[in-house]
Amino acid sequence: MFDKTLAELAQGLERGDFSSSELTQAYLQRINALDSRYNSFITVTEEQALAQAKAADEARAAGNAGALCGLPIAHKDLFCTQGVRTSSASKMLDNFVSPYDATIVSRLKNAGTVMLGKLNMDEFAMGSSNESSFYGAVRNPWDAERVPGGSSGGSAAAVAARLTPAATGSDTGGSIRQPAALCGITGLKPTYGRVSRYGMIAFASSLDQAGPMAQTAEDCGMILNAMAGFDPMDSTSAERDMEDFTAALNQPLAGLKIGLPKEYFSEALDAGVAEQVRNAVTEFEKLGATVKEVSLPNTELCIPAYYILAPAEASSNLSRFDGVRYGYRCDNPVDLEDLYKRSRGEGFGAEVKRRIMVGTYALSAGYYDAYYRKAQQIRRMIQQDFINVLNDVDVIMGPTTPHPAFKLGEKSSDPVSMYMEDIFTLSLNLAGLPGISVPCGQTGGLPVGLQIIGNYFAEAKLLNIAHQFQQTTDWHKQIPAGVEV
Amino acid sequence: MEWEVVIGLEIHVQLATKTKIFSGASTAFGAEPNTQACAVDLALPGTLPVFNENALRMAVMFGLAVNAEIGKRSVFERKNYFYPDLPKGYQTTQLAEPIVGPGFVDIETDEGVQRRVRIHHAHLEEDAGKSLHEDFHGMSGIDLNRAGTPLVEIVSEPDMRSSKEAAAYARKIHAIVTTLGICDGNMAEGSMRCDCNVSVRPKGQEELGTRTELKNINSFRFIERAIDTEVARQIDLIEDGGKVVQETRLYDPDKNETRSMRSKEEANDYRYFPCPDLLPVIIDDSYIEAIRETLPELPDARRDRFMSEYSLSEYDAGVLSAYRPQADYYEQVVKQSGDAKLAANWVMGELAKFLNQNDTDIKDSPVSAEQLGGLLVRIKDNTISGNIAKKVFEIMWSKGGSADEIIEAEGLKQVTDTGAIEKIVDEVIANADKQVEQYKAAEPDKRGKMIGFFMGQVMKATGGKANPGAVTGILKQKLDALCD
Repeated sequence: MFDKTLAELAQGLERGDFSSSELTQAYLQRINALDSRYNSFITVTEEQALAQAKAADEARAAGNAGALCGLPIAHKDLFCTQGVRTSSASKMLDNFVSPYDATIVSRLKNAGTVMLGKLNMDEFAMGSSNESSFYGAVRNPWDAERVPGGSSGGSAAAVAARLTPAATGSDTGGSIRQPAALCGITGLKPTYGRVSRYGMIAFASSLDQAGPMAQTAEDCGMILNAMAGFDPMDSTSAERDMEDFTAALNQPLAGLKIGLPKEYFSEALDAGVAEQVRNAVTEFEKLGATVKEVSLPNTELCIPAYYILAPAEASSNLSRFDGVRYGYRCDNPVDLEDLYKRSRGEGFGAEVKRRIMVGTYALSAGYYDAYYRKAQQIRRMIQQDFINVLNDVDVIMGPTTPHPAFKLGEKSSDPVSMYMEDIFTLSLNLAGLPGISVPCGQTGGLPVGLQIIGNYFAEAKLLNIAHQFQQTTDWHKQIPAGVEV
Repeated sequence: MEWEVVIGLEIHVQLATKTKIFSGASTAFGAEPNTQACAVDLALPGTLPVFNENALRMAVMFGLAVNAEIGKRSVFERKNYFYPDLPKGYQTTQLAEPIVGPGFVDIETDEGVQRRVRIHHAHLEEDAGKSLHEDFHGMSGIDLNRAGTPLVEIVSEPDMRSSKEAAAYARKIHAIVTTLGICDGNMAEGSMRCDCNVSVRPKGQEELGTRTELKNINSFRFIERAIDTEVARQIDLIEDGGKVVQETRLYDPDKNETRSMRSKEEANDYRYFPCPDLLPVIIDDSYIEAIRETLPELPDARRDRFMSEYSLSEYDAGVLSAYRPQADYYEQVVKQSGDAKLAANWVMGELAKFLNQNDTDIKDSPVSAEQLGGLLVRIKDNTISGNIAKKVFEIMWSKGGSADEIIEAEGLKQVTDTGAIEKIVDEVIANADKQVEQYKAAEPDKRGKMIGFFMGQVMKATGGKANPGAVTGILKQKLDALCD
């Protein structure tokens, strides 16, 4: 039964094939039995999960079951969960038990989902390999010697290993889409502002966006239905009418105009990845879509701009972790400066410190104009590139990542090569656009992800396109060797 | 050498919103430490700010009141620095695009010096918490109740040329913000705090001297004293061949000296950048005009009206209009008593004395404007004399009650019955042979002064209740009759 999608499990619950309590118990047992292989969970919340499952069963018996009632889910460990450790995979917050729920956590809770636990990630969501976690690296279920991607590596690995039918993730530069691609699952980064950021531990506020990760586009739509919507607690959340993201999944794709950016298919792209992506595009042509080459001329500027802006915001966002009010505090500080220096020096990992230093430098007096202001200008150029292309085509398609999953440790001593893994994803965060990664093939036994980029607030369309693809392909149904279901 | 003093002020005004600028926690003063700090104020992971529109409205009111341009687009930025009472590690403030642009106020010192002080800009920001360094056995306590309280920081141009002008400017800002009702004006509780930028230069020199900044001064008197002290220090230093160092200094009112806090070299690099958690604040003309409609009469206008409508002196009108609760109180007393001059004398005299002695704000006065107005009515209609009125006022202050109730209960009603007064005057004259002889012997033009003694005796005999006008007339008549 662990091969079932969220939608199929929902049907099972509705038919009474099993109760939420039985389902939850089964997943908890599976996590306990198998997660030592993957290290995808930081915290398993068995007691709360069983209580929530019981409540869901009672709600269903009383006739009050919504679409997600009783379905298990797990949250990336940067979403605050009341009464449960929320660590952001950092030593800094190893002792932090949140007194409140993030907006998306409470929305999913109110929708009746059952939280299995909190998922591993790169420390403070900074990384593309999930190797920077204080709780250890996560292993890719397709090959335990390889990374699952990051920063939502725990989320992607847990779904791929069928330890949870769905998970939440967050995406600042590709942190949902890249691990989804590397683990062979479906992950959606919504438009900036679509999902509330309240209670999501900030990495880079103007880029961060939460989204769903699951086996299928349909499952992602079901979860997004609960996650999305205006939140008065988040000034940057969009005031829009509620949408049903599962309502338009079956629209035919005839006449769909697809743009393929020539910059995305350069020689640096892995040949196997390129082949799978082109095959997928051919599949869309069979479904009635037309394809044309487009250009995003500033693509190569994405990485330098992003690695100014994201660290700049992060350097400020992470200032609150000072050892004063909560979180890690060094032993026996001799004075205030010592308290700050050692608490932060000991509490943060190397990649986090690297980014705080880069960001601090970029914002410093005398450098602001050369770095931060310039990067903001580039950001607007990149955004304009997308707007121009999306005036011409309905969606843009390309590889989610330049390579399939790489080996643990392979890039950890070379940050720039690690940063290059996000070249196709982080431009969307700079532009604020939605994107979905869909499994579209394999190369060398490893999954390949197709990224579909849509216009602002076009999530329903992206889910429709991905769903139609998943009706005619079965890449999303592939299960890693050694993962028994 | 003759020196010229150059002063610019940065005044922090706490806005009287019910809740904080970016959270729903209360801003009330004096609660138990850390009971008015919510998840946002504590900067818990994941929390986000939401801008309190009331703070915006109040800042716009201030801008309009100081003749300023209002920023139709204003942007919050982060000022990054570490301090234990700054929970986020940055202060959310405005820098490049503030809500209030250039404006001005006109001031006048007690000596009659008039000056227009330009306001460079005023911006919205959040207050920090408080660090308490005593009573924690070598540790520091942190109270975050104040963290997130909305502030408007008003930055003047260096337009003031004396400590008196600086104090007059601060008083004017105080009068404006309290009149607008956007600040409670309580300086002792830190509702208005002042940083003074002070420099000196040889008279006639164009170029400004090196300035020092005196931090966190919280009374008008200390503004004057701190500046005078700092000016003297700077002049001594320069005349002794030294140089003023640009630095932040702290004024110690107990020792009446300023001392160095930190130099420019030690200053933080605040790494300002636009806060990505808050959207730019965009307002239009209709928003601004709707607020202009709600503006109360401002202190300058009210002072002018007090002069023309109530025939008050400029000084009285200035004092009464400077603090809105006092001006409102005064006008209520005028309305009640129908006598603007008498009302002014009482509000600035007896009432002010009692308020001062009891360290009470006029808003909390135990004697209401209605009560005082009722008392003045009884002075005017000769029910009681001015002296008896003071007695009634004292009872009113301590025990409450209307003037009529107190006059009745204490039997203080003035005796105006001529027959009764004549009888007492006769008795007094009969028992004062010596004084009568002196009166008779005196030159007629000196006699007026000598009536005082007899007056005192009559008042003593009547418990002060005899109508002084009537007594004077009768005494004069009877004594002069004896002289013929």
